[in-house]
Amino acid sequence: MSIGITTPLVRPTGGSLVDQFEFGLDAPICLTWELTYACNLACVHCLSSSGKRDPRELTTEQCEAVIDELQRMQVFYVNIGGGEPTIRPDFWHLLQYAVDHQVGVKFSTNGIRIDKEKAAFLASTPYVDVQISLDGATADVNDYVRGPGSYATAIRALENLKEAGFKDAKISVVVTRQNVGQLDEFKRIADEHGATLRLTRLRPSGRGADVWDELHPLPEQQRTIYNWLIANGENVLTGDSFFHLAPFGESLPGLNLCGAGRVVCLIDPVGDVYACPFAIHETFLAGNVLSEGGFKEVWQESALFTELRSPQTSGACTKCSFFDACRGGCMAAKFFTGLPLDGPDPECVQGYGEAALAGERSRPQPSQDHSRSALPKRAQPVMVQIGMRPDISSPPVSACAASPLAGFQP
Amino acid sequence: MTTTVIDTMLDEEWGLSPAVALRPEPFGAMAYHFGNRKLTFLKKPELVSVVRSLNQCTTVRAALMQAGIPEAQWHAYIAALHSLAATDMIRASEGNKQ
Repeated sequence: MSIGITTPLVRPTGGSLVDQFEFGLDAPICLTWELTYACNLACVHCLSSSGKRDPRELTTEQCEAVIDELQRMQVFYVNIGGGEPTIRPDFWHLLQYAVDHQVGVKFSTNGIRIDKEKAAFLASTPYVDVQISLDGATADVNDYVRGPGSYATAIRALENLKEAGFKDAKISVVVTRQNVGQLDEFKRIADEHGATLRLTRLRPSGRGADVWDELHPLPEQQRTIYNWLIANGENVLTGDSFFHLAPFGESLPGLNLCGAGRVVCLIDPVGDVYACPFAIHETFLAGNVLSEGGFKEVWQESALFTELRSPQTSGACTKCSFFDACRGGCMAAKFFTGLPLDGPDPECVQGYGEAALAGERSRPQPSQDHSRSALPKRAQPVMVQIGMRPDISSPPVSACAASPLAGFQP
Repeated sequence: MTTTVIDTMLDEEWGLSPAVALRPEPFGAMAYHFGNRKLTFLKKPELVSVVRSLNQCTTVRAALMQAGIPEAQWHAYIAALHSLAATDMIRASEGNKQ
C-alpha cells in the first residue's frame, strides 16, 4: 500500500498555511539578527560559536541601513541575539532606532547589562521584548553549560526587570538531558518574575556539535517534553522548535514545519544571511546584506532560498505515516549530525533517527568559529610530532632503489 | 443566534486597529499587531480587500459590497471578521458604542 502524501508542486490557492509557507513569503516572519559574535560567556552549546568580536562586524550606519530596509519590507519585528548583543556600545541606540522605525525588537541576553537603569529604560519602551537565557533551574545545572556565575546574572536581570515594572519578560531555556526534569521549576521561576517561559530545542549547531551527544534529551525524555508541552499549551512558548515531537500524537501549537529560508532566516554580525539561526554554515549561506540588492534581494532571489522554497524530496520519510506531522524534522539537526537532509531527524520520535545515527556518517567541519582561543575547539589542529621511528637508524628504502645493497644493515 | 451577530455587525462601522499593519503576501496578507504582538494570516485576497475596505466604509455591509463579495458568502466573511476582532486586529469604531 502506498500512502498518498504528496507535496504540491506549485503554490496552491487557499489551502493550509503550512502549504503556503513551504513556498516562502515576500519577507520573513521571524528574522534573527545576531549583532555581534562577542560574548562575555562561553556556553558549551553556543549555536554561533561566539566569543570574540569579528573585526568585519557591521558598523552602526550599516545596521541602521538594515533596519531601514526591514521597515520598507514590513518585517514587523526582529529577534536580536549574538554573542551577547548588549556588549555592543551602540546596542541601546540601535534598539531605539529599530523601534522608531516600526521594527519591534525582541532581544536575547544573558542579562549581564540589565542593571536597574537599563531595566527602567526597557520598561518605558514599547515594542521591546527581553529574553533572558537560562539553561538550568538551579545554579549547578545552569552554570555547567553556561559558565560560573551565569545563573546569578540571569536571576538578577529578571529581578531588575520585575522591579522596574517590565511586563512579561521571557525566560529562554534550551532543553537538555540535564534540565528536562526541571521544567516545572523553570515555570515557577518564570511565574515568580512575572515572565513567560520559552523552551527551545538543543541543536547540534556551532559548539553545540561538540556537546550534543552528551546533552541532547534521551528518547524517553523526548516524550516527557512532549507531554509537558501539551499540558502547558499556549502558556509556554517554543519558537515552534519542537515540531519533530508532533508524531507522538496531536500537533503542538505553532508551525509544524521547517521554516528555514521560507519564513525564517538569520543575519549574522558581518551581514551574512543564513537560512536559519541554527544553520550558520557556508552550506546555508544565501548572501550578504551589504551586496548591491541588499537583504531584500537575498531573501527574495538568492539561489539557496529559491531552492529551499521549491518542493523538497524527503526520501524515506515520505513513506512514514507521520510525515505530515513533522515533514522530516529539523534541517540543521540533520546537517550537523552528518545525516542526509532527505532522511529522518536525529531525534525522530519514531526511532528512525537512532538507526540513522548508528550508521555511517561524517559530521561537517564548522565554517566559522569565534570561540575565544582558551576554549577547546574541534577545529583546532591536533598536536602530533612527525619524525623517524627511534629504532630506524637510516632512511627507509624506496621500492625503486636499484642498489643490490639497498636496505642492507650489517 | 449567529444570525443576530451577523445582523449587528453588518450595520456597524469597523476598521483596522491603529496598532495593526498589513503586509501583502502571495496568498493574501499578514497582519501584525504592534501592541499585543500577535500575527494573523489573512488567507484569501478577498478577505484582505474586505479588511482594507472597512476603513473607507461606514458599515461592514458596504465594505463587503465594495470588495465585491457575493451576499451568499457574507456569513463566512463575518465569521472571519469576528475572529480578527477577537485579537483586536480590527475594532468597532467609537460611533458604534452608544
